[in-house]
Amino acid sequence: MAWVDTVLQGLMLGGLYALFATGLSLIFGVMRVVNLAHGDLSILAAFVAVVVVEALGLNPLLALLLVVPLMAALGFVLQVVILNRLLGRGILPPILVTFGFSIIIQNALLETFSADSRRLNPGGIETASLSLGSGLAVGWFPFITLAAAVLILVGLQLVISRTSVGRAFRATSDDHETAELMGIDNRRLYGLAMALSLGIVAVAGVFLGIRTTFAFSSGPDRLLFAFEAVIIGGLGSLWGTLVGGAVLGIAQTVGAKLSPGWGILTGHLVFLAVLLLRPQGLFTRGRRIS
Amino acid sequence: MSLLRVRSLSAFYGSFQALFDVSLEADEGETVAVIGANGAGKSTVLRAIAGALPVTPAAVEFDGRRVGGGPAHELVARGIVMVPEGRRIFPSLSVEENLRVGAYRGRPGPWSLARVYDLFPVLAARRGQPGTNLSGGEQQMLAIGRGLMANPRVLLVDEISLGLAPLVVRALYQVLRAVTREGTTAILVDQDVSEIMQLAQRVYCLRKGAVSLEGRPADLTRHRIAAAYFGV
Repeated sequence: MAWVDTVLQGLMLGGLYALFATGLSLIFGVMRVVNLAHGDLSILAAFVAVVVVEALGLNPLLALLLVVPLMAALGFVLQVVILNRLLGRGILPPILVTFGFSIIIQNALLETFSADSRRLNPGGIETASLSLGSGLAVGWFPFITLAAAVLILVGLQLVISRTSVGRAFRATSDDHETAELMGIDNRRLYGLAMALSLGIVAVAGVFLGIRTTFAFSSGPDRLLFAFEAVIIGGLGSLWGTLVGGAVLGIAQTVGAKLSPGWGILTGHLVFLAVLLLRPQGLFTRGRRIS
Repeated sequence: MSLLRVRSLSAFYGSFQALFDVSLEADEGETVAVIGANGAGKSTVLRAIAGALPVTPAAVEFDGRRVGGGPAHELVARGIVMVPEGRRIFPSLSVEENLRVGAYRGRPGPWSLARVYDLFPVLAARRGQPGTNLSGGEQQMLAIGRGLMANPRVLLVDEISLGLAPLVVRALYQVLRAVTREGTTAILVDQDVSEIMQLAQRVYCLRKGAVSLEGRPADLTRHRIAAAYFGV
């Protein structure tokens, strides 16, 4: 029973990883660009939530109503004002510039909020648990995290498969030149994709801040786990991202159960095993994105 | 008065000059053919009109406005729509989704999914399949249908016959004839002169990036066209 419990905890941790990974996967799918500041932007969102919570006395979950649109707006502006200038110049410039963002964000957070660890307090829900019978219980909060991840992925999937903007994302991903000739403004579309990505990673950052402590330097680890979830699941596949997050989460909790120091290491080993045995990821079909 | 006027258009790919002072025009409702050998600059002219090349604003005048240099997506909203060379069907999208992308800008006009399916019943039958599962001729139909979904005022069609059997090419030109009869202005580019000359009211022949002959098909003899085409 203890093992079932471990796997269940890992699954719910995987929900959080999937949230981090989704935005990264979306940006890579639409623009073929890797955003190395993704993890730091999620931590930025958590600090924005700290400010909102302190200023307005809101519950951090309610603060999401402000943090998500703020981060989405930041994403749109970053893309349209800076990242769009790098289009068509190869893969290196976006990597260098987002790496630069990563350093700037970390140092700005250090200057503004000091090196202290912070935590967001949602008023008791983080310790409440839900009994599943026969000695099994899951925390309400991890459960909400997983549910939010599934809902966001379902929503994003619907946007991508059913709406005009979603078709434009896929068309641009296939062939951006022809998409432009069909009337699609790629630059604005990339702005929308970055807004969606940062809106989702804002949710991830705030949930992380409720689950555990975070500091200015917590971003790169988040980026690494997001990468691993994306690669395990298969690049560009949203459902793969959810499964990738779950596999990584379960690997880490099972590893930690075997020996407390092995959690992160086991996650990395599973990632490496997938990279060796099935480098295209578990869920990649013939085509990318969606 | 001309709906579309190209004036002294020069275009470059890096330091290579592809077009030298090309001028052409199309009246509203007219079908214009641009012919010429491989590498003569035909596609470059179309790409410049569509806004996909950095040319001077004055080089392309559409409906009284200087629109040279694009951006391409804004010209689509004004009604300049391209059916690109090689069809360029979006592989991740189904047949119907490819058509719907054509209607992305939501320009009002006579064309709708239902009308495109009337024009090409084979597309209706395969609407749920990936666009790239279709045969070459069907993909060309899809590319034309996708262009029509944008409700063009000027439809630019690049190398419709590329890689297709003569019978299929004839059927596609029949469809274009039906479309242009309804009043859509069209600029057709092709290496294959036979079909296009029967459709066009005005012909421009390009050779080495410059106009070598222009006129009405009825006024041009085969000999003059061959001379302008091959430079003999």
